[in-house]
Amino acid sequence: MYAGIDIGSRTIGFVALAGDRVLLTALEDTGHEPLDTARKLLNQKYARVVATGYGRHSAKSDFAHDVITEIKAHALGAAYLYPGVRTVLDIGGQDTKVILLNDRGSVTDFQMNDRCSAGTGKFLEVMAGALGYTGVGEFGEEALKGKRGIKISNMCTVFAESEAVSLLHRGAGREDIALALHVSVVERTAGMLQRVGYKTPLVFTGGVANNRCIVTLLAEKLGVEVIVPPQPQLVGALGAALAAATTAAAQ
Amino acid sequence: MSNYSEMWSSLGLNLEAHDQLLKVLPPTYHDVYLTQPNRPKNMEYFDFVVNEIHGLRIQELQEHKKAGGKVIGAFCVFVPEEIVRAAGGICIGLCSGIDIGTAEAEQVLPRNICPLIKSFMGFKLAKICPYFESCDLVVGETTCDGKKKAFEILNDYVPVHVMETPQMKKGRDRDLWLEEVKDFARLVEETTGNQISAATLARSINEVNGKRRALRRLADLRKCDPAPISGKDSLLIEQIAMYDDVERFTARVNQLCDELEQRVQAGEGVFPAKTPRVIVTGTPMAIPNWKVPHIIETSGAVIVAEELCTGLRYFENEVAEDATGLDNMLENVAARYMGINCAVFTPNPGRLEKLVQLVKEYNAGGVIHCTLSFCDPYAVEANRVEKMLKQEGIPLLKIETGYDQEDAGQLKTRIEAFVEMLK
Repeated sequence: MYAGIDIGSRTIGFVALAGDRVLLTALEDTGHEPLDTARKLLNQKYARVVATGYGRHSAKSDFAHDVITEIKAHALGAAYLYPGVRTVLDIGGQDTKVILLNDRGSVTDFQMNDRCSAGTGKFLEVMAGALGYTGVGEFGEEALKGKRGIKISNMCTVFAESEAVSLLHRGAGREDIALALHVSVVERTAGMLQRVGYKTPLVFTGGVANNRCIVTLLAEKLGVEVIVPPQPQLVGALGAALAAATTAAAQ
Repeated sequence: MSNYSEMWSSLGLNLEAHDQLLKVLPPTYHDVYLTQPNRPKNMEYFDFVVNEIHGLRIQELQEHKKAGGKVIGAFCVFVPEEIVRAAGGICIGLCSGIDIGTAEAEQVLPRNICPLIKSFMGFKLAKICPYFESCDLVVGETTCDGKKKAFEILNDYVPVHVMETPQMKKGRDRDLWLEEVKDFARLVEETTGNQISAATLARSINEVNGKRRALRRLADLRKCDPAPISGKDSLLIEQIAMYDDVERFTARVNQLCDELEQRVQAGEGVFPAKTPRVIVTGTPMAIPNWKVPHIIETSGAVIVAEELCTGLRYFENEVAEDATGLDNMLENVAARYMGINCAVFTPNPGRLEKLVQLVKEYNAGGVIHCTLSFCDPYAVEANRVEKMLKQEGIPLLKIETGYDQEDAGQLKTRIEAFVEMLK
């Protein structure tokens, strides 16, 4: 059995494989002791463990046999689920990645936001909080009911939050502001996809892919189908597990 | 470092701020340099020079000054070291590779400016650099708008002479540059009080060419797989080249190359054979800026060449040694510097062709284009580089970063992913 673990800034994903069949999956909040959480998920013996995500290097010095980047992991995972995929968009807790694949499923180019986490899961979380929504799920659902017309001009999380709050004070509708915030994320994401020259099929992974409003707006904006896997947050862990199985087979 | 406090305070350094710098450097140097596997034994000399960067070398400069010699500081590979040496002066590359004296620098500079400019202003205004404080004259140039305007400000604190580097490589630009070189020679004569003669210039041209040849010999050895020396160590040597004693440095580089030749014959290297090989290009990496090379070489790749001013642009062409009269010699000096592929030139096809050629010669799998934040010439030229490399099917990663460490995690992910692509 092979395991892949994706230690992200917000969640830890876990996938165990037997051959190339998925046996187990799990998803936990990263919390304050990510390595503890990771160790608990790996509660049995695996022939090979590959780690990815921001915590990959500390995992390697602890329990993992090898590491791969999130970029390779999401590419492997998405290509396994959707053979022939040419672009993977991954929006996680603190960054956005666009990954291009060739027809053999190898990464040929990628783009990643640098430094600033504007437009990522963290941005949506902070904005949901500012508008008094209980979570990102509710935030997305409510935004779908909003009316167009408001424009959020700040992409900086701190400035956009004060912009949203001052819109509330001026009497703008909560759902309309919610929609405007989603639109701003989608515009930024679409810009990044266009800069890299994305191709279809396009698969959307990472936690933000669970937000229906983002998916709908993005498909509208690009005019293409945006494919969302059933558990988009686990695609990185799946890719890591596949890497564990392949390297083990190669040895 | 031994006790140099007396020397530092006589130079007027801010000892408290200087101590802070000296506390930061050794642990960084240890982590970046001394933990590398299989380093060549002859790197000991360069470790020693770095360790004595503000000590022994400054003492040598002070002794030179006591004997009536002059010290001329520069920031750019366009400043002809041959001319300074021909008049008995010492030419020193001034450091600007670390965030320092930021609060002082921001009193005179905008906040959003290239970190290299902010760094040299910070070093001067906060009185932290003993090289700066040893200079009788500082030479600037017009290789970017930020530096060009910052030199006006720097002139309030230390005499600055600005050489006008042209923006194109037409005949009239070459004429202008030759005039600049001649003016500089006259200024150096005035500053040092020594005449430059055909004999002294011939000798200094030969010495500086010797340094270039040694560095090229080192560069050529890096074409081998496995690489006999790391990119980080090579960059360090290229950085030291700008402030160490020319003849001693040349001898030590040649000694190192002797060792590397033995390594190559024995098939030994710093990383295993077939390690992904990359070329770094872009904005100069002034000492102690080792940020991106360190991430690259701890992410499973080896740097085999630097198409940088702290790299090939510094040593790749020699001054022709065929002239006899002083005027012809100065023409040869000027001509050598016009061969530099700096992004200040428009257009700059030489750099693009060079990159493609280097990828083949050094058998590199890809190129990492690294610009400092707010460095317009290189950041914009990155588009030309991208277009050219795409045509040639050469993978490219573009990075824009400063001297801070806040983006180190994201850079590591991007560089590792690039290396995964090359495997």
